[in-house]
Amino acid sequence: MVTESTIVLTPKDFKSEVKPTWCPGCGDFGVLSATYQSLASLKVAPDETVVVSGIGCSSRFPHFMKTFGFHTVHGRALPLAQGLKMARPDLNIVALGGDGDFFSIGVGHLVHAALRNIDITAIVMDNEIYGLTKGQTSPTSPHGHVTKSTPYGLMASQFNPIATALTLNVSFVARGFSSKPKEMAALIQQGMNHKGFALIHVLSPCPTFYNTFDAWKASVTPVPADHDTSDRSKALALAMETEHPYMGLFYKEERPTMDHAAHELVQNAKEFDIDKYMARYA
Amino acid sequence: MENEVTIRIGGESGEGTISGGDILALASARWGYHVYTFRTFPAEILGGPCLFQVRIGEHPIKSMGDYADVLICLNKEAYDRNISELRTGGVLIYDPADFTPDASDFITYAIPFNEIARKEVQLFQTKNMVMLGAISGLFGPPLEAVVQVVESRLSKSRKSNPILMEKNMLALEIAKKYVTEKLSKHDPYQLGPVEKGDRYVLNGNQAVVAGALAAQCRFFAGYPITPASDIMEALAKELPAVGGTFLQAEDEMAALAAVLGASYGGKRAMTATSGPGFSLMTELIGLASMTELPVVIVDAQRAGPSTGMPTKMEQSDLSFALSAGHGDTPRMIVAPADVADCYSLIITAFNMAERYQMPVLFLTDQGLTARVESVDRAAFKPMPIEERMQFVEIGANGSGSNSTSFNGHSTSAAAEAMAHSFARYAYTASGISPITTPGPGAVAYVATGLEHDEHGHPDYEPEDHTAMMEKRFRKLDTAASELPGPPRYGDEDADIGIIGWGSTEGAIQEAIDRARTKGYKVVSLHPRILSPLPDRTIRDFIRSVKKVIVPECNYSGQLANLLGAKYGLQAIRVNKFGGIPFTAGEILRAIEEVS
Repeated sequence: MVTESTIVLTPKDFKSEVKPTWCPGCGDFGVLSATYQSLASLKVAPDETVVVSGIGCSSRFPHFMKTFGFHTVHGRALPLAQGLKMARPDLNIVALGGDGDFFSIGVGHLVHAALRNIDITAIVMDNEIYGLTKGQTSPTSPHGHVTKSTPYGLMASQFNPIATALTLNVSFVARGFSSKPKEMAALIQQGMNHKGFALIHVLSPCPTFYNTFDAWKASVTPVPADHDTSDRSKALALAMETEHPYMGLFYKEERPTMDHAAHELVQNAKEFDIDKYMARYA
Repeated sequence: MENEVTIRIGGESGEGTISGGDILALASARWGYHVYTFRTFPAEILGGPCLFQVRIGEHPIKSMGDYADVLICLNKEAYDRNISELRTGGVLIYDPADFTPDASDFITYAIPFNEIARKEVQLFQTKNMVMLGAISGLFGPPLEAVVQVVESRLSKSRKSNPILMEKNMLALEIAKKYVTEKLSKHDPYQLGPVEKGDRYVLNGNQAVVAGALAAQCRFFAGYPITPASDIMEALAKELPAVGGTFLQAEDEMAALAAVLGASYGGKRAMTATSGPGFSLMTELIGLASMTELPVVIVDAQRAGPSTGMPTKMEQSDLSFALSAGHGDTPRMIVAPADVADCYSLIITAFNMAERYQMPVLFLTDQGLTARVESVDRAAFKPMPIEERMQFVEIGANGSGSNSTSFNGHSTSAAAEAMAHSFARYAYTASGISPITTPGPGAVAYVATGLEHDEHGHPDYEPEDHTAMMEKRFRKLDTAASELPGPPRYGDEDADIGIIGWGSTEGAIQEAIDRARTKGYKVVSLHPRILSPLPDRTIRDFIRSVKKVIVPECNYSGQLANLLGAKYGLQAIRVNKFGGIPFTAGEILRAIEEVS
């Protein structure tokens, strides 16, 4: 859910004076412009919006935004964003980062964000490689992939973000592709309008260390028009189709959010009175 | 007859030893006495030896007592483990069905606890009530005082189990009758009527919770860990009533991250943990320090290293707390000495965090978390609340930057900064820069763990890193100049000085009191704030005495190391590291040895 601004906003109103540090051709540029676009369309107030990121190329994101931002440490964007939302349910919170942040060092946090269903929107820019550290394997790298840290080929299986999110019961699961900014902006808008934890997995190629641009352009397929987004089993079947990654909304359900429940509890809050409180120890 | 007694109860965990002791302490306090408890229990839920000791006296009590005057053994193992702690001529109470003690040095009372509970009350769980009835009959407090506490404790279960309540009362009465009629009392301990004081009875963790609520802490996130979980449980229950929210995190990194998020959102926020959790939090301590956000972290220290001894006390996290996190990371450290401190100093800790925009570590320990003290009610009063220095745009409300809570430090940087955009990390004389909080009309900024310029933009220029490092550390100098130093306790013209920290203060002060009656001249200094240290006060103190003893419950002498590094002090180290606090007698012996 979003808190709307009363002022008319354009994508430029979300663009800061800091120039992106990304390599030319980086997929994250597409995600950034789609985000400017979605926030403007949603009439989200920049002063009531916080973009929280982890560490990695994509996590530089908040510096390029005119909203409030928190560029945290590796893996901790989700817990910090959830703490902020629990404390300030009036704010619009976007948590973002890369595949390392969300699916490796911070993957434990993903489980609990899903269970709590705290109303934040997570955008994961997945390039299937560690870019900022110059080319090591990632949980989303394919089996056999040769990188600087897997000189004999990756001996582990590939992580499936969408299937994982679905089985964790994330209440909004979608995938975008950085080369399709219009579709992605629509997904970000839906995600932000969703009441609960929304996970948008974005295929965002790294032209420098693992250029999947052409491969994805050839293989990415829109989610079938007749897909029932309330059917988790069918969504899971689509998610397992890794040869032709589906793009679009996989699954969506409305269910209670922890931030809402917590704020129901404070409705009758009163000023703290130390003398009254201490009576229990008299 | 003596109006002071130290009673130790040894028993098996899970059979009501601790709860019986708690009832005794509370009943004695309500009867008008000062109380001070010490307890140990195994980390397991059921089984294993546990002990409860309460010192009850007419005058304020500073430590747990060197020895027990009365030892109650609920089984043979309790006797074997604790008999060395009973003073010569003290009272030994046991069940003759369990064992026959070889106890010529003691006054002995044989009481058939098991038989009374089983045969007369016909409910074995009432064994601890039988014990309480016997204590009441022999030493006090009067049975009515005990009954009142039992009733209030069991008021909830009374409806569901009226028989249990009835049996408890029966057990108390039968045991009292037994000791009055069957035993001939020949010991000196009798708690007679005293003037009732205006006091609260609570432990360190409970005082931390009360203080946090009074400090307007309105967000807590934590992960269960002994001995800090009580704080989390209490705040989970209490926060909604005052408009606060709570999150049980998936681990300690998430806990501190969530607290940092809430702080960014403008809330006064904290977490509470113990050593193993504190170890996990270090990356977020660095982030809090770098982003200059207020957070309060309670570390209820327990014996380490690693998992160590979860239910035993130790003061062994000081060195870690001083440096936890990579890089040069300013933080503040506050260490309360007693239950009253747990209340007032957690409020101070919040004020320090908010004022200096820095993580504040609050070091209690297992002993203090569980130590029940009777404290004058006057110690629990509302205290002033310090707000973080807010940035206000020029022209807003016809004024420049907001400096209402900013004691005389220049905020012109804030005004000047507005010409460019918001300089969240403006260089100021104090090091403290104005902040904004997300919300309608607020000027946005990005908090980042990367080195940054005044505007919060990533910046690796050598001169900027130098200036920003100096700015962050300048806040510690500002704090050192603003925060009150610790008072001295003892003789002004003393030869022997003692510097301590944390929960050992009471034992140190009692040792000094006893040393002075023996003619020694001793003085102590007990800093509550260990970062930044009050340099001048400590230097003056060291210079004013010939020898300095530093007693600490840790192996390596962590405060002594710090004082050595900072002030060249060659302290006489007195270290205890068995998981049990100092007694006053142990510190007195150290005083006598160096004299």
